[in-house]
Amino acid sequence: MITPELVDLSRLQFAVTALYHYLFVPLTLGLSMLLVAMEGCYVITKREIYRDMTRFWGKLFAINFAMGVATGITMEFQFGTNWAYYSHYVGDIFGPPLAFEALMAFFLESTFAGLFFFGWKKLRPGVHWLCTFLMAFGTNISALWILVANSWMQHPVGSEFNPVTLRMEMSNFWEVISSEWAQATLVHDISGGYMTGAVFVAAISAWYLLKKRDVEFAKRSLAVACAFGLVTSIVTVHMGDESGYLVTRDQPEKIAAMEAIWDTAEAPAGLTLFALPDTERRSNALQVEFPWVLGLIGTRSLSTPVPGINQLEERNAARIASGAKAVTLLEQLRKDPSNATLLESFNVVKKDLGYGLLLRKYTSDVSTATPEMIRKAAADTIPPVSLVFWSFRGMVTCGVIMLLLFVLGFYYSVKGCPETKGLYLKLAALALPLPWIANELGWIVTEVGRQPWTIYGVLPVHISVSSLTAGEVLGSLAGFALLYSALLIVEVWLMKRFASLGPSTLGTGRYFHEKH
Amino acid sequence: MDYEILKLIWWLFIGVLLAGFAVMDGQDMGVGALLPFLGKTNEERRIMINSVAPHWDGNQVWLITGGGAMFAAWPIAYAAAFSGFYWAMLLVLAMLIFRPVSFDYRSKFDSSRWRSCWDTLLFLGSAVPPIICGVAFGNLLQGVPLVFDESMRVSYQGNFFGLLNPFGILCGLVGIVMVIMHGANFLGLKSVGELNARAKKAAAGASLGTLVLFVLAGIWMAAALPAYNASGIDPAGLPNPLAKTVTVGGSWLDHLSATPALFIFPLLGIIGAAMSFVLSRAEKWGAAIVSSGASLLGIVFTPLVTMFPFIMPSSIDPRSSLTLWDCTSSQLTLEIMLFVTLIFLPILLFYTGWAYRVMRGKVTPEYISENSHHLY
Repeated sequence: MITPELVDLSRLQFAVTALYHYLFVPLTLGLSMLLVAMEGCYVITKREIYRDMTRFWGKLFAINFAMGVATGITMEFQFGTNWAYYSHYVGDIFGPPLAFEALMAFFLESTFAGLFFFGWKKLRPGVHWLCTFLMAFGTNISALWILVANSWMQHPVGSEFNPVTLRMEMSNFWEVISSEWAQATLVHDISGGYMTGAVFVAAISAWYLLKKRDVEFAKRSLAVACAFGLVTSIVTVHMGDESGYLVTRDQPEKIAAMEAIWDTAEAPAGLTLFALPDTERRSNALQVEFPWVLGLIGTRSLSTPVPGINQLEERNAARIASGAKAVTLLEQLRKDPSNATLLESFNVVKKDLGYGLLLRKYTSDVSTATPEMIRKAAADTIPPVSLVFWSFRGMVTCGVIMLLLFVLGFYYSVKGCPETKGLYLKLAALALPLPWIANELGWIVTEVGRQPWTIYGVLPVHISVSSLTAGEVLGSLAGFALLYSALLIVEVWLMKRFASLGPSTLGTGRYFHEKH
Repeated sequence: MDYEILKLIWWLFIGVLLAGFAVMDGQDMGVGALLPFLGKTNEERRIMINSVAPHWDGNQVWLITGGGAMFAAWPIAYAAAFSGFYWAMLLVLAMLIFRPVSFDYRSKFDSSRWRSCWDTLLFLGSAVPPIICGVAFGNLLQGVPLVFDESMRVSYQGNFFGLLNPFGILCGLVGIVMVIMHGANFLGLKSVGELNARAKKAAAGASLGTLVLFVLAGIWMAAALPAYNASGIDPAGLPNPLAKTVTVGGSWLDHLSATPALFIFPLLGIIGAAMSFVLSRAEKWGAAIVSSGASLLGIVFTPLVTMFPFIMPSSIDPRSSLTLWDCTSSQLTLEIMLFVTLIFLPILLFYTGWAYRVMRGKVTPEYISENSHHLY
């Protein structure tokens, strides 16, 4: 029996564990690439300070990496434990990217991480550098496959519903992996991860400079981080824009929520800079708008309107009514599989099957759904407006501040005087949490904005869950909360300890705490 | 390629991945399970941990790949097994979460309480998963209480404690003892002195233990467990578990006897363990590891070939049982996966081998003290 509590708790558990996992992933992505850059400087210049930089930032990387590995396994298990019907329904398309991620990325990343950490004395510098690169390359390939999988959930291409096996099946693998969504999210997320690594190194280095400790070490780290951060934040912004275009094209409900557009905005639509969305009254208070901008960014034209929430609900209600027919025909077809007439009429409305399944939330017998149920289900197709609206603005704000920090940091580093810019250093150190806030908010926009679907337009969240009891999921959620909180405390404590000890933890005798 | 052949190949591949997990991760899980018993001092424990340090993470990926491959190749079985064994899976998951952090954090702060805390978690993280995996196989052989409805939604009518029946527990013991045998052999290869002598004793003991428990489980199975028999399956057809008839009766042993060549797997399990006993006593560690590895391979494949073509027999609704013919993905998906696996499996075997070669040699007390700042 699927109860609303079971669905809500399953969602909450997935959200908590996914957001938690994503505390560690971007730093792994970014820091591993910075390690490649730093060790590259060492291999080319043979200057010891670059090897020390690689090894010290590598220690912090290790503390983070362990948590990334540990919490990543949860994600793979959880599709099966808590989303069994989802696993059955789309495993044919969603499973392979996960298997390929393990086969191509996890093996590479883990094996070469072992050599990165323990192979310093066993390998020549050039070969060790290659291992560092392969580890970083593995983390990037891993991002590739998981984002191919996620992008397919956002925009399911290359697949077809099979009424005999009662599930979605792959029809074109190339379409799945070459989807524009996969490309745009991949580059946006990876470069967001690189920014995270860059802010991490820059903020901690700024703190050393403020404390006037290990100045040479910190200046070089700051310079590498700001150069890297500057390039990657430009890429992040650019690919964010690309994602915005795709959302406007393929997920009108999400862009309507992101921009709090209640009624269709005539072309060219304005970009909402600020507003207080009111879900009850279906309007915004205190709206400040840039004319034309959303039309230009979102639709890349001056003549395409951006549909509003009220109009989308109306449109979706029609699809739900048609979907109800699809569900009913499918049930008849299950009892009489060889009936060609039934199959033919089913194929006509098949594209609305997912919309019909939305009614399962209100009735087990979809064929008798009332107009009231259809109206409710249509209202469900709009994601929570305020959460998506504010998360999006929060993410963009954090991103812009980070970009400014990189510009300034890069400028001061080129001039060779960052240690004299006290105010900048303080701001840079304080900026440490920004990439994490941006990353988490970005995922909230993407995933909450896809509600009520697990697979957009194909499979609603509430039928995706496993047949468990709400009590069981509450129990496991409590377990995760306890275990994850404890681990987070330990991790942050260790990070803080090693970051404040600095390169002295390498035991080379060359750094601050060893001399004082 | 023929759908039927593809389905068979993927059954074999998933078996290979599970066996790969046992053979590869079995080394470091075995060492972890022996940690509190063989490592008397902090230095000895660091030797044990650092003997597997460069490899444990890569080895664990065999399990992750096994899970991913099951999701992709057998989506219905993945859904049924992971949601059905809910608490068992979450328990394994918690243990697997302990491992990376214990390895990495234990030597990052100099306090014996801190270390013993992580050592306990590492021990649990290494010892519990092999037990649960064994228990799971023990229960699959008996059939599990799962049922599918018309919309292919699976529900599981049992609970965690139902898994802990006598035969399940016996199989769980086989799981842990065989892994200890393998880990002790690996530790024998990597260690010197007194620790090496303790590893030698542990290897011999665990080899005998594996032999006895595995044979015992085999006799129990042959004598007391009824077999599941399927008919009316079209191996080349579209997967639909509810389309077949299943009867319960006879003995699983009949399945093996019908194709006597399959006895090679239980025999490999037995002979490998016996060889491991002899070779570890002779301190031929390399050969001992090969023997215990072969034994693990044989033991993992034994329930798979015994149940063939079943993967998850259902005890409450036999026709809801899953077989390798009716729980698979589409033909196209299986083809693509086969293609990708054939390319990447040799590559990963190559660099895994290379990593072991780079890190070869004994882990000595001198090595630990010289590299104290960057070792686990």
